[in-house]
Amino acid sequence: MKFLHECKADATADLVYRVCPMHLLEPAEFLKDLHQGQVLEILTDYDGALEDIPAWCAKHGQEFVGICEDEDEDVYKLYIKKVH
Amino acid sequence: MKRVYLDHAAATPVREEVLEAMLPYFRERFGNPSAVYDLGADIKEVIEAARAKVAGFIGAPADQVIFTSCGAEANNLAVKGAALAHLKKGRHVIVSAIEHHSVLNSARYLEKFHDFEVTFLPVNKFGQVEPERLARALTPATVLVSIQHASNEIGTIQRLKELTGLCREQGVVFHTDAVATAGQIPVDVKDLGVDLLSLSGPALGAPKGIGALYFRRGVRLVPQIHSGIQENGRRGGTENVPGIVGLGTAAELAGAELAANARRLKDLRNRLVAGVNDRIAGAIFTGHPEERLPGHASFCFEGIEGEALIFLVNARGICANTGSACASKALKVSPTLCAIGLSPEVAQGSMVFTLGGDNDQEDIDYVLAELPLAVEKLRAFSPVWRKKLAAASGG
Repeated sequence: MKFLHECKADATADLVYRVCPMHLLEPAEFLKDLHQGQVLEILTDYDGALEDIPAWCAKHGQEFVGICEDEDEDVYKLYIKKVH
Repeated sequence: MKRVYLDHAAATPVREEVLEAMLPYFRERFGNPSAVYDLGADIKEVIEAARAKVAGFIGAPADQVIFTSCGAEANNLAVKGAALAHLKKGRHVIVSAIEHHSVLNSARYLEKFHDFEVTFLPVNKFGQVEPERLARALTPATVLVSIQHASNEIGTIQRLKELTGLCREQGVVFHTDAVATAGQIPVDVKDLGVDLLSLSGPALGAPKGIGALYFRRGVRLVPQIHSGIQENGRRGGTENVPGIVGLGTAAELAGAELAANARRLKDLRNRLVAGVNDRIAGAIFTGHPEERLPGHASFCFEGIEGEALIFLVNARGICANTGSACASKALKVSPTLCAIGLSPEVAQGSMVFTLGGDNDQEDIDYVLAELPLAVEKLRAFSPVWRKKLAAASGG
């Protein structure tokens, strides 16, 4: 797992409190609106996303960039770079 | 015997067009919208079409409406869901003292089980929350303010824009219960500046069992019904497809008819109010005289009990209420009437008329003929009224 210190993104999918498996359904929708090379930030409170999102990226040919933890908010921030 | 129904705040008849739109979804189009085969996937599209209609009715983007089982559930999701989503910021919520039970009791739940502090904001004599009071009540720990758009008990419309502005400045989520106003006056989420807004089907000519909650994009909610990914993971449970279709149709119709409906209801309401004031002494008109729902008239008749009056006019075919449906059944003095400063004695004589599309002038004239007789009959053996008359005559 790659932990990031500086987190910049072109769009954010706020999935905090949205039940599983919304974290596997929404990213594809958000990526549709991004250009190749742009980064999507996913906000989630769901622990399972830490494994699911990298696996989803591998399966769908997108690049998993890494993760930031926001302790103030108790949410995870995961980053995906659009490959295609 | 003639029947005159004047309790549209409690329930309205389902409109014919609404029922017709719903019927296929009980029978041939019964599929579960979560299913991937055509019978299910098609239904998913129907739900989204209804969502767009409900959203359009309140000036919201279609993806910012969640369907619920009723207005009370929408209020629960708004109050509990938004408060619990902001625990990191603080544990203070503000509600007005005259909210519906679904708001008041959601706030009490937060107080009892999640250590929230709840401020129950007082209202002025018309039932309006004054901006200065709200400003004083806001603290850095405040995460949510919930103030109704209008009262179904005294008809008063809140000056919401003055209140939402204060909350927006301080980053506090603002919820309004618009169950009483939708279909009566314009309800536009952007114009009002609200973050969350509740609707109910039965107030619009849709059936019981369906409601909706608007949420502004970016406002987080902790789901209150935990299940699957229905409503995009915000409210679990298989969708009430006929109800959703019904609410979509009802919202579309209500939006198209709003202005004409409001004018008609206001004329009828004014006729009723003028007639009551002419014919019945000791009738106290409650709520704001102008800033009120067009189809709403509410009074307290001194010297009698509202329940007795309801029973008496019911025997003459007139359906009205003494306050909110649940409070009146419990025979409790209305917290709303106490909050606007009426004595419990006067508040006992409460009667609320809420008019709807099926009412006409003949209905109002029938009430104006029957109601004074019923009031007179009850006052004839009222010691309170006798005492008042004696005091007035100096005896």
